[in-house]
Amino acid sequence: MIDRGAWFLVLPALIPILVLSVGPLLYGVVLAFTDAQSGRTEPTEWIGTLNFQDLYHDTLFWESFRIGLLWAVGVTVPQFVLALGLALLLNQRLRLRWLARALAIVPWAMPEVVVGIMWRLVYNADAGILNETIRDFGLGDGRDWLTGLATALPAVIVVGIWAGMPQTTVALLAGLQNTPDELHEAAALDGAGAWRRFRTVIWPALKPVALAITALNFIWNFNSFALVYVLTSGGPGGRTRLPMLFAYEEAFRYGQFGYAAAMGCVMVAVISVLLAFYLVGRLKSGEEK
Amino acid sequence: MSLRTSRPARAGQYLALLCYLVFLAFPFLWLISTAFKPARELGSLHPTWIPDSPTLENFRQAFDEQPLLRAAGNSLTVALSAALIAVVIATPMAYVMARQRSRLATAATGWVVVSQAFPFVLVIIPLFLVLKNLHLINSLLGLIMVYVVWSLPFALWMLVGYVRAVPAELEEAAAVDGAGRLRTLVSVTAPLLAPGIVATAMFAFITAWNEFFFALVLLKSPEKQTLPVILTHFLGAEGVADLGPLAAAAFLATIPSLVIFAIIQRRITGGMLAGAVKT
Repeated sequence: MIDRGAWFLVLPALIPILVLSVGPLLYGVVLAFTDAQSGRTEPTEWIGTLNFQDLYHDTLFWESFRIGLLWAVGVTVPQFVLALGLALLLNQRLRLRWLARALAIVPWAMPEVVVGIMWRLVYNADAGILNETIRDFGLGDGRDWLTGLATALPAVIVVGIWAGMPQTTVALLAGLQNTPDELHEAAALDGAGAWRRFRTVIWPALKPVALAITALNFIWNFNSFALVYVLTSGGPGGRTRLPMLFAYEEAFRYGQFGYAAAMGCVMVAVISVLLAFYLVGRLKSGEEK
Repeated sequence: MSLRTSRPARAGQYLALLCYLVFLAFPFLWLISTAFKPARELGSLHPTWIPDSPTLENFRQAFDEQPLLRAAGNSLTVALSAALIAVVIATPMAYVMARQRSRLATAATGWVVVSQAFPFVLVIIPLFLVLKNLHLINSLLGLIMVYVVWSLPFALWMLVGYVRAVPAELEEAAAVDGAGRLRTLVSVTAPLLAPGIVATAMFAFITAWNEFFFALVLLKSPEKQTLPVILTHFLGAEGVADLGPLAAAAFLATIPSLVIFAIIQRRITGGMLAGAVKT
């Protein structure tokens, strides 16, 4: 139905994409090789790889990078396991399934800022429900979860898991519903137990979806900002300072645009490698079909 | 699936479901509980689930402390405009992507995937500089432009799925009957796409309503700031917050997106999955 004359259909979206998305992305890469700073009067100069050399020696950046990886793995993996369990349950004919389904979706609709605020209320040392529950069960006095050096990162990871449950659960549930019923029935008639049925029937069918959602979750989590910004602003003592928080501060608090752009480049490079794995995996699973 | 599930196994399933229900629901219930508690109860060392004397005082105080109405107005302006513009420009492109096998369509699909992956910091600095030169920093118009482009990938993703669901034969039949391309699009395809377009617009609205990072960077003066940015003002400098009003404001800010999400939930999950599983 469409031919070369269809350009007028594409241009209204294509031009903004090129000007406000692809363009800035390339410009951002260029900025990484300059000494661009905000509010400076001297002209910006080309400084080659100096930003990257500085970055290489910036222990704080690598610390935030390490925290970013810890956070991304710490959220993505348990979230996958939990979401898989929930999806399997929701795929059964259980009462209250509608409620769980609805609840599992709610965090998706909430602004991340609100999710952060909500969990700050839960974690609040005196007026929070978490410490009160701990006291109720006689498990101690509770603590200042978000400001404790040891507890801050695990505490924000729990929030990350909670906040990302919807997308993961929904994707896995759809994957489950795509597995052919006859296979289940055949396996059940063969007397296969739950675990064997999962391994031989469900998992093979679910694998492409599982791979895709895990790769995307990892990337999203590594790049996340708002949630942790609201929960801890990167504290205490930088224990939850994700790379995005670090780059944000560098750019918009200290005005180091070039340097922050270089951080962005390094993050993109790492993510591209991961994305490549994901795409290759997806192509392969496509070929198998 | 439900054949031959033994009774203990069933019980185990219900127990697991119960654990999930608690985990998923309790933060939300706590937010609501806090929002309706009087200051006296919030100061108590033994917080309770149900307020003894529920009050709307926190809501009143929230509106006193921060310009919530104006912020909601800003959010509404930005989200509505961004959503409308996004679907108006995305629908034709999605149509081409869905119907035509071409390098353009492949490139666009690739961009949709890749754009999910780049860290915003790499985009926001150049965007900041560009918008500054256009005098669009601290302006809702600048933010609208950013949100339009930012919501395009997912909008295209969803819309391509909806277009594919419309059989091409219908269009061909109209063409055979002598209808021009534009006429076919307007009178045959558009009506069938309408529900999908509305769902996509609503999703774009929620995305813009909830967005924080771009708004934080681009909007400096409190008169211009959107709801999520204003909410962080409740947290105070040292993170010592006035819990009641904070909870009340946060609760209010969620309602619009929750309501819209409830309406379009099925369509979104369907659209997202079509994208995530096929492409």
